[in-house]
Amino acid sequence: MPPEHKLELLQRFNQAFAEAVPFNRALGLRFEDYEPNVAVLRLPYSPKLVGNPESGVLHGGTITSLMDAACGAAVFLALGSPTPIATLDLRIDYLKPAVAQLDVLCHATCTKVTGNVAFVTARAHHPDEEADPIAQGAGTFIIFREGGKTSFMERQR
Amino acid sequence: MSLLEAVRAARETRDYDAFTQLIPFAQFLGISAEDHQGELLSKLSFAPHLIGNPALPALHGGTIGSLLESAAIFRLLWDAESLLLPKTITLTVSYLRSARPIDTWAHAKLTKQGRRVASVHVEAWQESRERPIAVATVHLLIKPAE
Repeated sequence: MPPEHKLELLQRFNQAFAEAVPFNRALGLRFEDYEPNVAVLRLPYSPKLVGNPESGVLHGGTITSLMDAACGAAVFLALGSPTPIATLDLRIDYLKPAVAQLDVLCHATCTKVTGNVAFVTARAHHPDEEADPIAQGAGTFIIFREGGKTSFMERQR
Repeated sequence: MSLLEAVRAARETRDYDAFTQLIPFAQFLGISAEDHQGELLSKLSFAPHLIGNPALPALHGGTIGSLLESAAIFRLLWDAESLLLPKTITLTVSYLRSARPIDTWAHAKLTKQGRRVASVHVEAWQESRERPIAVATVHLLIKPAE
């Protein structure tokens, strides 16, 4: 449980990020904790997210989605203001299979922000198993700063 | 029907729905596999819950990552000899363009099949195959060490 002074901000993050983004909401993602450049997100186990119905284990794509969301959230926290970003690349190592019925937490740390790009590393693990992660990842994000050379809309073409 | 029975059936009939319908997350996303004139394509059908950026709007990066990984697994299930379900070891995605709120297609090419590990290259596109929105390299374990 995060300290009390964080609860109000966590609630605001959840409104802006988990509830206002349709796919994050569909997955049931929640902010668990944060630091100035760290986002901790929880993916609740759900039968609809299963990849192998015979084992009940979550689909790898749910871990990818959780990592992408957590890495993006870590960049937003590091930037400190609502700046448009887009994932440039994302690399995930699947270290061990997830266990059926268990939630997955993802710790994402934004390690560096430059004028154009942000770098993030992340680890996904079951609750209370931080030392034995399911997956580790690295993401790179492009930052669309106001007045920058590349506008957000330009990238869409 | 078990997963591997569904794979065997799909290999013969080239109708992949019975297999993809067994996978809850594929159903949740709207991922299917289709035979297009002898070529296997994977499809992510657009639905509003796939949006990751409501302002643009654009699909969530996780939905595209899931499509690319699924396309690699489908390729191995239909083409590789092993009847084990492949396990993803690493997934590396390059996001090239923002994914618009429309259907997305993916094609996976088996770059190399070794004895234990397969390397698969996947491309995803929307309106034009010449303008991919994302590409991925996926390494999968197809046969565990004995």
